[in-house]
Amino acid sequence: MTIEVLKPGLLTAFQDAGRRGFAHLGIGRAGAFDEPAWRIANALCGNPREACALEVTLLGPTLRFDAAAWVAVAGAPLPLRIDDREQPMWAPLRVPAGATLELGAMRSGCRSYVAVRGGFDAMPILGSRSADINAGLGPNGGRPLRVGDTLQTGSGSVSRTDWRVRGSAGESEPDPVSKWRLDPRPWFPGDTGEPLRLLPGKHLDGLTSGSRNALFSEAFAVHADSNRVGLRLTGPALAWTSPIEMVSEGCGPGLLQLPPSGQPIAFGPECPVSGGYPRIGQIAAVDIPRLAQMRPGDAVRFTPCTFDSALDALRECERALDALTANIAARLAHELHRPQRGPR
Amino acid sequence: MDFAIEPLAEDVLLLRFGDGIDIDVNARVHAAARALRAAHLAGIIDIAPAYATLLVRFDPFAHSDRDEFRAALSEAIRAGNCEASTPSVATPEMVIPVCYGGVHGPDLEAVAVHARLAPEEVVRRHAVAEYTVAMLGFAPGFPYLLGLDAALHAPRRADPRTRVPAGSVAIGGAQTGIYPRELPGGWNLIGRTPLALFDPNRDPPCLLAPGDHVRFRAIDAAEFERRAERRA
Repeated sequence: MTIEVLKPGLLTAFQDAGRRGFAHLGIGRAGAFDEPAWRIANALCGNPREACALEVTLLGPTLRFDAAAWVAVAGAPLPLRIDDREQPMWAPLRVPAGATLELGAMRSGCRSYVAVRGGFDAMPILGSRSADINAGLGPNGGRPLRVGDTLQTGSGSVSRTDWRVRGSAGESEPDPVSKWRLDPRPWFPGDTGEPLRLLPGKHLDGLTSGSRNALFSEAFAVHADSNRVGLRLTGPALAWTSPIEMVSEGCGPGLLQLPPSGQPIAFGPECPVSGGYPRIGQIAAVDIPRLAQMRPGDAVRFTPCTFDSALDALRECERALDALTANIAARLAHELHRPQRGPR
Repeated sequence: MDFAIEPLAEDVLLLRFGDGIDIDVNARVHAAARALRAAHLAGIIDIAPAYATLLVRFDPFAHSDRDEFRAALSEAIRAGNCEASTPSVATPEMVIPVCYGGVHGPDLEAVAVHARLAPEEVVRRHAVAEYTVAMLGFAPGFPYLLGLDAALHAPRRADPRTRVPAGSVAIGGAQTGIYPRELPGGWNLIGRTPLALFDPNRDPPCLLAPGDHVRFRAIDAAEFERRAERRA
């Protein structure tokens, strides 16, 4: 199947689990910023966990499908239309052959994921189809989608109960209105004002006591100059009791660095593999999806967290996500085994 | 081998062998990286050297007993260290052809003025030294090289370039490095190599690996063009 990009949206690119195991060569992970939303979108299409989806930023794309397809959209809330009919997010959706899928502007949050049954296909680069836009790595040199691009879908490794096979030839196209959808709340909590959990960084104790208090009591705003490399935060200027000298050290997504400007930077999935600014903390992995949903102007707060509680929370989140995706798979299998039922 | 273990994230530890840029400290980082790779511990995702630290990224659910995991890391490094004290294969030396000065090294003159040396002497000293790849970073395949002649240390440019051509050989402070692709950069460009430092479709994708030894060989513009054409 071929999907034509009629409008690319603000910044839309392939993302999967990213590149792992290349940090020693200066190659970062990239991959979906909001991993649960990416996984859920894939699950709603009956895809394997590692399938490639589109990560959409703030304003979604318009895509035309040359053949009937099964898609799902999860993440930040945005208007979604298939041939001018409103459709829900967090649901399996059928796109008729020749139809257009149109995603609008996000009402809140920053990133959504468009999955298609079979996954988006392209030649993997270093084991991943993820676009590392900053490093120029990925299919098409890691660049975001452009008008006129044609996207292919994969056919491998979807479950054998394929609704396209079961739908008999000559049957009229089903009305593309899905009959069920997930509750997005635990996975897209919206702006609850809840602080992000921050693990202590090596240099946290080097902050002045006033700065340390400000870090955990005041709000920072996401600066417009933020992207998948990092989110620049503006707020109370943070200062060290004495200057900190360090050489470049390894780092990863979630690291909170403090450059000389006194305004922290929170690293995202395209961050460099090493950095030379002092480290005030590490955002708990379980809260990275919430970081992914911060848009310019949003308020960010931090609360201190221990490694043990961060790991417990992450384990809990993984369990819930595994249970949810297993549940979705069971539900899809159940519907697919009834004749002529598929996502509608 | 003495090192401290610092947690960076739920799934990342930094093994610290020192604090500054020091060739002996960096050598210990590479020795530890080799030992850890050889040990094939389960659930390890990344083993990435920096100047004085080694980043280890692991599956936090495969190693939920952190003390046990730390002990296994320490044991693997100690065991590798014992082996390394017996004679072993020498690290290979990579020779990188460089066309110094002219259009390929627009800052050679400025480095020479700063060093109070003739440009030819800057080239001679840069090419005669033996370097070690301390780490790769900044961009995929960008090598930070240790071993630059102290006379050639030169401050970064006050006005960084928005586009540095791929293959540019540059000096930034006490370090020298090679831009693997066109990138913005503030280092002084003294020459350019026709070799591809990074090619994602090649295995391995990077010409240089952490810990590799490197030398430069001066080539003229004609050889540069010939080799660059052959590559294209």
